[in-house]
Amino acid sequence: MEIKISVNVNGKDYVREVEPRTLLVHFLRDTLRLTGTHIGCDTSSCGACTIHVDGIAVKSCTMLAVQADGSSITTIEGLAQGAELHPLQEGFKECHGLQCGFCTPGMIMTAADLLAKNPCPSESEIRHGLEGNFCRCTGYHNIVKAVQYAAEKMGNEVSA
Amino acid sequence: MSNKYIGKAVKRVEDKRFITGKGKYTDDMILPGQTYAYIIRSPYAHAKIKSIDISQALTAEGVVAVFTGDDIAQSGINGVPAGWQVNFKNGDIMKEPPHPLLVGTGSTVKHVGDAVAVVIAESKEIAADAAELVEIDYEVFDAVVNPADAVKDGAPLVHESAPNNIAFDWEIGNPKAEVDEAIANSHHVTSLEFVNQRMVPNPIEPRSAIGLYEPSSDRYTLYTSTQNPHLIRLLMCAFVLGIPEHKVRVVGPDVGGGFGSKIFHYTEEALVTWCSKQIERPVKWTSERSEAFITDAHGRDHVTHAEMGFDKDGNVTALRIKTFANLGAYLSTFAPAVPTYLHGTLLQGLYTTPKIHLDMTCAFTHTNAVDAYRGAGRPEATYLLERLMDLAAHEMGVDPVELRLKNFIPPFDGVNQPGYQTQVALQYDSGNYHEVLRRGVAMLGYEEFRKAQAEAAQSNKLLGVGFSTYIEACGIAPSAVVGALGARAGLYEVGQVRVQPTGKVSVYTGAHSHGQGHETTFAQVVADKLGIPLEDVEIHHGDTETVAFGMGTYGSRSLAVGGSAIVKSLEKIIEKGAKIAAHKLEANVDDLTFADGKYTVNGTDKSVAFGDVALTAYVPHNYPAGLEPGLDFSSFYDPANFTYPYGCHIAVVEVDKETGKVSLKRFIAVDDVGNVINPMIVDGQIHGGLAQGIGQALLEGAIFDENGQLINGSYMDYCMPRADDLPMFELDRTETPCPHNPLGVKGAGEAGCIGSTPAVVNAVLDALWSGGFGHVKDILMPTTPERVWRAMNS
Repeated sequence: MEIKISVNVNGKDYVREVEPRTLLVHFLRDTLRLTGTHIGCDTSSCGACTIHVDGIAVKSCTMLAVQADGSSITTIEGLAQGAELHPLQEGFKECHGLQCGFCTPGMIMTAADLLAKNPCPSESEIRHGLEGNFCRCTGYHNIVKAVQYAAEKMGNEVSA
Repeated sequence: MSNKYIGKAVKRVEDKRFITGKGKYTDDMILPGQTYAYIIRSPYAHAKIKSIDISQALTAEGVVAVFTGDDIAQSGINGVPAGWQVNFKNGDIMKEPPHPLLVGTGSTVKHVGDAVAVVIAESKEIAADAAELVEIDYEVFDAVVNPADAVKDGAPLVHESAPNNIAFDWEIGNPKAEVDEAIANSHHVTSLEFVNQRMVPNPIEPRSAIGLYEPSSDRYTLYTSTQNPHLIRLLMCAFVLGIPEHKVRVVGPDVGGGFGSKIFHYTEEALVTWCSKQIERPVKWTSERSEAFITDAHGRDHVTHAEMGFDKDGNVTALRIKTFANLGAYLSTFAPAVPTYLHGTLLQGLYTTPKIHLDMTCAFTHTNAVDAYRGAGRPEATYLLERLMDLAAHEMGVDPVELRLKNFIPPFDGVNQPGYQTQVALQYDSGNYHEVLRRGVAMLGYEEFRKAQAEAAQSNKLLGVGFSTYIEACGIAPSAVVGALGARAGLYEVGQVRVQPTGKVSVYTGAHSHGQGHETTFAQVVADKLGIPLEDVEIHHGDTETVAFGMGTYGSRSLAVGGSAIVKSLEKIIEKGAKIAAHKLEANVDDLTFADGKYTVNGTDKSVAFGDVALTAYVPHNYPAGLEPGLDFSSFYDPANFTYPYGCHIAVVEVDKETGKVSLKRFIAVDDVGNVINPMIVDGQIHGGLAQGIGQALLEGAIFDENGQLINGSYMDYCMPRADDLPMFELDRTETPCPHNPLGVKGAGEAGCIGSTPAVVNAVLDALWSGGFGHVKDILMPTTPERVWRAMNS
């Protein structure tokens, strides 16, 4: 039995039939072929699959595709405005906040949610905010810097 | 040559695709007609397979095929081999029992996760569902998981062919009798029994492999998350499947971290390749995380008794070690080399210790394989030496910094002064070990720290500082040396530089980037050597179809060996280009200088740009007589020696006396990795290594119960370092060039992971010692609150 769902992903409407048990992350990766959202674990621990559902960061392995029916989703592929990178994407590049790149999409999506809630986080607030996302490459040092870079840049844009 | 990029923090060119979600990892691919494999694994560590019934699964809708070990055996396929041979002390060849792709009926599974059958279906869900329909009857036996227990008489046997579960025993250093005598004559002997616990590498991308067989050409392609595609192809073709190597292409696309665990040739790679031939469709297998925990090769797992002797002035007189190393159930690709040649040979450390002996017993157990994990043997050697050093200082009532400075090998550059010959085979290339420690201590503010520590000792929050000074051997090979030590492969690297007619440059390297940033660092070298913009250079790696036979990335070797191969090709390009330039300029080759991207006639303003030379090479209408067209060179570089990065790591911790909780307050690292091409990337490598080393000290460790069950085999249970477990790191470096490779580089990938672990544990003990718990000699890693609390309250 398949169930019809309608979702808006990165500004584009999709109507698809899915199995009830299909996880949102599998729907994004296998059905819509948006493979920037990654799967790093099977216990909703690593955060590599983090996306935004109606503006809130969600680990897309914790949610069924059918639960996303009618919602608006943003994945890493939809974060940049055309050719202009999101300040977090820019920050990760400028601060060497990524190495192998596998955790990066989830890390950026979580950080975007963090900055939406707390535009000027302290170092410890950033670290606490990212504790649900694992990175094995960077030791988090430059990820913290990347988030600080983005916070500063977004703040500048607001004040300008 | 120009100096626009080398030494600069050039932003990474590979980042664009990763930050926009456009990376291409193996599991991102869906090939036309692709099927999905689900591997049924043993839930028992040691059991005989009495029967397997696949009949129900075969008839399930959407199932394409089910294969068992019996199918594999019938097609005459060998198991996966070890890539390194280490012999027993008496010269006997190590025990190398077969490691089958699937364990067949009547045979015994040897660890939880051992593969028994594979279900192939139209979707991964169907495959997983159908796997539930496969009935396997096991007869369960006792298991053994600890290497020191495994070698005792009467322990459950992993392989009938390996009595007492001994894969091999091994020794290195001075004659044992001499070391025994030196220990006996020492003024003070510091003795420590400890465990270097088993670590799970845990790259965030789980392993994945897709086998593709094309009947029309009788060719195979294997996409796999690997650190070295060529080695996988060689091992799989020549030793496992028996397919001609030129009929197989192996691609390691974007790979989400490796840390050693993706070096090895795993059974799943051969399995999907073989299955794709059977069903003539692509077969994909992607590990789940819980599956990765019980199938990826783990690291470390030593049980050690070590003694360090000192004379009355505090000079080290001797080092004597007995270690049991766990190799798991099967010999993984590099496993035999890790506790031996990558560990025993580093026991000189930075000290002038005159007598050293290591007695090593390597054991099979009913656990998954143990192999190289970031640092591979060198962290174990460093942990041993540096724990002994801080403990000895504590026992003798001397300062741990002074004790190290007193025992350090004096500075030598390897050019004007010779390399340092150790007691354990290696000859160090160059180093100033005093300088890194002095710098680290200055960054710490040692005197002020000791004052603060004395004040804290009166409170419930104890402060401690731990030191660690390390050396590592990187940039493996030379091939002749590793061959003599049992490697079944050469360890050179290949680098091809293809100048395109328009002067753009394509580089093909046998090194493999899975986070290290080769696409940037290597391009910096090429752009500067040729004096062209960075954008004009593209680095290609990871595909056996485009790259000549290369050896891949591990052991911090990419730049030292792979970069050097590229430099050799660049030299050939520049030399041939000079002949073309001389012809165009109507000058003598010897009168030309190549700089800033052009050949100039000395003493004149006559010059020709590199791009013009490139075009002429491919449009050779007016061309030097007898010279071949084209500008495209490939080189193999086999180093003259290993490289020897070193450094000083200092940890400051706070220990809560009431709860035993350890907080890492500061971490200082002063590393010398030789010359630095991209300081931003080198710092990033250090950061990541530190996090893994600190993770071992404070948080991580695989725990097997007596039945061989990994009881913390998920991210819910295995404590990975998170952002809020770590401080900002304080880094500095010295740069002592490697004297024997053209870039003067030593390697940075593992340094952080090698030095940091003992620094943290030493700091925890120092905190306890300052708080009146001077009797505590050791705390098992990870130093959890419970263990620290018990140490204070026992």
